[in-house]
Amino acid sequence: MSAVTSGAPFPRARSGKRSDRPQKWGNPGIYFIALLFIAVSLAPVVYIVLGGFRTNSQITVSPAGLPNPWVFSNYAGVLKTVTFWGEFANSTIVAIASTLGIVLLGLMVSYAIARYDFKLKGAMYSLFAAGLMFPLVVAITPVYIIVKDLGLVDNLMGIVVPQIAFGLPTTVIILVPFLRAIPKEIEEAAGIDGMSRLGFFFRMAIPLALPGVITVAILAFITSWNNYILPLYVLNSQANYTLPLGVQQFSSQYSQDTARVLAFTSLSMLPALAFFAVFQRRIVGGLTGAVKG
Amino acid sequence: MSDTLGTASVGRGHRGALQAGDAAHAASPAPRPRKRRGRGRLRLEIALLSGPAIIVFVGLVIFPVVLAAYYGFYRWQGYGAPTDWVGLNNYKVIFTDPAFQQALEHNGFIVVLSLVIQGPLALALALLLNQKIRGRGLIRVLIFVPYVISEVIAGTGFSLMLQVNGAVNDALHNIGLGFLATDWLANPSIAIWTLMGILTWKYVGFAVILMLAGMQAIPEELSEAARIDGASYWQVQRRIVVPLLGPTIRIWGFLSIIGALQLFDLVYIIWGQYISSTAGTSTMATYMALNGRLAGNYGYGSAVAVVMFLISLTVALLYQRFVLRRDMRGAVTEGVN
Repeated sequence: MSAVTSGAPFPRARSGKRSDRPQKWGNPGIYFIALLFIAVSLAPVVYIVLGGFRTNSQITVSPAGLPNPWVFSNYAGVLKTVTFWGEFANSTIVAIASTLGIVLLGLMVSYAIARYDFKLKGAMYSLFAAGLMFPLVVAITPVYIIVKDLGLVDNLMGIVVPQIAFGLPTTVIILVPFLRAIPKEIEEAAGIDGMSRLGFFFRMAIPLALPGVITVAILAFITSWNNYILPLYVLNSQANYTLPLGVQQFSSQYSQDTARVLAFTSLSMLPALAFFAVFQRRIVGGLTGAVKG
Repeated sequence: MSDTLGTASVGRGHRGALQAGDAAHAASPAPRPRKRRGRGRLRLEIALLSGPAIIVFVGLVIFPVVLAAYYGFYRWQGYGAPTDWVGLNNYKVIFTDPAFQQALEHNGFIVVLSLVIQGPLALALALLLNQKIRGRGLIRVLIFVPYVISEVIAGTGFSLMLQVNGAVNDALHNIGLGFLATDWLANPSIAIWTLMGILTWKYVGFAVILMLAGMQAIPEELSEAARIDGASYWQVQRRIVVPLLGPTIRIWGFLSIIGALQLFDLVYIIWGQYISSTAGTSTMATYMALNGRLAGNYGYGSAVAVVMFLISLTVALLYQRFVLRRDMRGAVTEGVN
């Protein structure tokens, strides 16, 4: 009886919260500003995508107009070229290899920093944290020289390896708190049950830190997909180009054929956007994790 | 927080182990028997786990910088070992080259304007979107799109849209604002503002998301309590939300400054290799690409890299020393407390 009376206020309070919060539409001014913000954010994307459905004469006559009639030959033309698919394949290979490398090496070193006690632990964390201050662009000239010394110029691995190196700081910063948050008691219980430290790493720590791992992987993939300066320095022959270089090359080669350039640009942006659409919750949510740990 | 949860869930299993764990938490170097037994194995595990990452990171992030400092003293075309020692000559050339001074000024301008424009704008938008409104999740995803799109694609799109007879001027004519139409890209007194506009478009969504995330970490009880005590909406934002958002704003400022100092892709794509200096949008990084890699002067390019590096390092350390002092680790790793 007492349980019922004491329990009663809670569901009532909670249901009260539920019912008046999400149904509130709020101030229409907020929606107006939000819509304006969204419109500005999406306008260039819409321009690129729709431009690919127009002819050059449509674009010349009315640069800001809509497709009328809709033309599919630009997209079809680009999709038929070997160039696009070759560059698409190169971008995919580089992005997957970089992501795997970043996640694997990042998880290992983060695990050591988060869950082992040793003298250099703090120094190691600071080393990677300091890496945040030196983005790829600042170091690109010497990095190129190293890549050249390794004989990796004009080779996709010449992009993958530096990308792994420069992806590690963010990865360590994001993963260490995730791995540290796993209660020591779980590890001890696993140890009592006969599981080794490394066994715990593979069978318990990785699954428990999975949200962080996924966030890191998505960030790594998109960063790799969009990387421009490293391929610009490292790759020489068009057969090895990734999509960002391809877009630039295509737009200077067909500078008179604006519609085709827009179709090519639009198609090369699609995979990253699709990837983002599928995992957006992880990315936007992951940033929350990065900020609040 | 998570420790208490862990204690609760594991507590029923083994009381002794639980207490040992708690003690280890409180005073960390309390040696546990398992550790002492396998000291060598422990070291091996640490080496195996951290070795590969350290090698790759040191080899491709730290070592290049050291190497650049060395190559920076030579005139070197990138073939064989450098032999033509020129001392500090490369650095003298850099600091007397008006093109580099201009690039440096542009970078400084972009750093300051990014903070001044994007910071308040992002904060205002985040405060606005932090209310319980319909479609909040969708809004958040859509405003993040510019950040996800590559600089190359944004640059290609904008360079087409902003041509004299491009979509932006056309749209301005169509809505009766034709007098605003101008040469957005080539006019030296406008180009850098165009660049600022594009940068704001590209990065303000990220700032908003970051700040929204920070706001979500602020316990709702605080603003509720304040409201019960009669605080108005704006008083709650000004006295509670914004101050508690301090760590997030400071971290964003750090990311923004470092990003502005290394700006390359957008300028290089939109203004090209050579036009950026006449349009007044060149940056240190485009200067480095033009005079290093493209000119084949790797010694000189390395010296520019060292200068950029030292500038970034100085700014980062000063920022950490004076702005992030209290919350550098807190905000990135442990949470907005």
